[in-house]
Amino acid sequence: MDGFLSTPVGILAITVAQTLALLVPVLIAVAYLTLAERKVLAAMQMRKGPNVVGPFGLLQPFADAGKMLMKETIIPSGSSRLLFIMAPMLTFLLAMIAWAVIPVQDGWAIADINVGILYLFAISSLGVYGIIIAGWASNSKYAFLGALRSAAQMVSYEVSMGFVIVTVILCVGSQNLSDIVRAQENVWFFIPLFPMFIIFFVSTLAETNRAPFDLPEGESELVAGFFVEYSSMSFALFFLGEYANMILMSALTTILFLGGWHPPIHAEPFTWIPGFVWFALKICLCLFVFIWVRATFPRYRYDQLMRLGWKVFLPFSLLWLVITAAVLKLTGWLPA
Amino acid sequence: MGQRLNRDWMTMTEPMLAEYFPILVFLGIAGAIALAMVGGSLLLARQKPYPEKLSAYECGFEPFDDTRRRFDVRFYLVAILFIIFDLEVAFLFPWAVALGQIGWFGFLSMMGFLTVLTFGFVYEWRKGALDWE
Repeated sequence: MDGFLSTPVGILAITVAQTLALLVPVLIAVAYLTLAERKVLAAMQMRKGPNVVGPFGLLQPFADAGKMLMKETIIPSGSSRLLFIMAPMLTFLLAMIAWAVIPVQDGWAIADINVGILYLFAISSLGVYGIIIAGWASNSKYAFLGALRSAAQMVSYEVSMGFVIVTVILCVGSQNLSDIVRAQENVWFFIPLFPMFIIFFVSTLAETNRAPFDLPEGESELVAGFFVEYSSMSFALFFLGEYANMILMSALTTILFLGGWHPPIHAEPFTWIPGFVWFALKICLCLFVFIWVRATFPRYRYDQLMRLGWKVFLPFSLLWLVITAAVLKLTGWLPA
Repeated sequence: MGQRLNRDWMTMTEPMLAEYFPILVFLGIAGAIALAMVGGSLLLARQKPYPEKLSAYECGFEPFDDTRRRFDVRFYLVAILFIIFDLEVAFLFPWAVALGQIGWFGFLSMMGFLTVLTFGFVYEWRKGALDWE
C-alpha cells in the first residue's frame, strides 16, 4: 500500500480524494447557504421562508438545482458565443480553486504553499474577469452597465483589502495561511487590529457584490446586472460562484482575524471540539452577518460607494498600515 | 485528508511542483464539474429557440442599437488609479514579510515611497478624479 501511494498514480489519487473531500462539502455548503439565506431573511421579516419541499424546506436547494438543469440554455443572437459560455465557468472555476490553500485545521491545507495569502488575493482579483467577460459577451445594455459597475467596484475595494492583508502579514511575518492562524493562538487579530477588521469585512461585502453594495445587480434599475442574459445552468454557475465566494471570503476573514481553527479559549470544554468544527462555526457566524446586513441596510448610491472606497477606506487603511508598522518597529515586536 | 502528504517522488524531481500540484488538480476537477453542469443541461433540457427569445433583453422593446458604444471615461480612470495602488500593494507584500530583517533603512525607504504616492493621491483628490456626481 505504501509503495503504491508514493507512485505518481498514487499521489494523483490521494490529491483527487483530498480535493473532493474539500470541494463536495463546499458545494453542499453553497446549496444550503442559499436556503439559509432565504430562511434567515424570512425570519427577519416575520415570514416562514421555503418550507414545502422536504422537512423545514431542507430539500429546496436540490429542487432548485433540478429546475435549473431542466431549463433551456438561451444564447442571445448578438452575443459572442464562446465568451458567453466561458464567463460563468470561469467565475465558478475561480471560486473553487481558491479553496486549495485554505487550512481547515492545523496541517490540513491541501496545498500548503508559502505565498498562500498572495494566491488568494490574486485569485479573488481574477474574479473581475468572469464578470466583465459576461457583461461584454452578452451584448445587452443592462449586462454591460452592470459589468462596468461591478468591475469598478471590485477593483476599488480590492486596494483597501490589500492594505489590510499587508497589515496582518506585518504582525505574522509570513504569507503562509497556516502560519497566520498559528500566530493567533493567544490573541485573535480582530482585537489589536479592530478597525482593519471592520474595513476588511465591509470590503468583502463589496467584493462579493452583496447588499448594501449590490449595485451591479441593482434589480430596480439594471434588472440583474451582468447576468441578465443568462439562463439555466450558466446562470446557476454564476449563482454558485457568488455564494462560494461569500463562503471563501468568510473563511478568509476567519483566517486573518478570527483565529482560524483555534477555539476561543484553550481550556477543557472548548478543546474537545476539533479545529475544523471551530473553523466552520466561525465561517457560519460571518455568513450570518452577511445575510443580516442584507436584511438591514438599504442599497448604497454609486457615488457614495466610490467615495467610501477611495476617500475613506483607502486613506484610513494606508494610515493604519503605516502606524502598525511603526509601532511594531519601535516596540521591537516584529516577528524576526 | 490527513496530515501533510508525502509527495517524495515529486519533491525529488521538482519541489515547486509538489506544492502547487493540488491546485492543478483543483482546476481540473472544478473545470470538469462546470462542463458537466452546462453540458448536462444542454443535453437534458428541451431547446426551442426563436428570434424573439434570442434577442437581447431590453424591457420588452426591440434592442435600440448596439451595446458596444462609448461609455463613461470615469470607469477607465478608476482602472488606472487601481493599477497604481495595486502595484503599491504588490511592493508592500515582500516588505511586510521581511520588515524584521531589513532594519530602519528598509522601514524608512518604504515610508519615502509611500510619501511620494501620498502626494500623488492628494493631487488626484484635489483634481476631483475621485468624485462621482
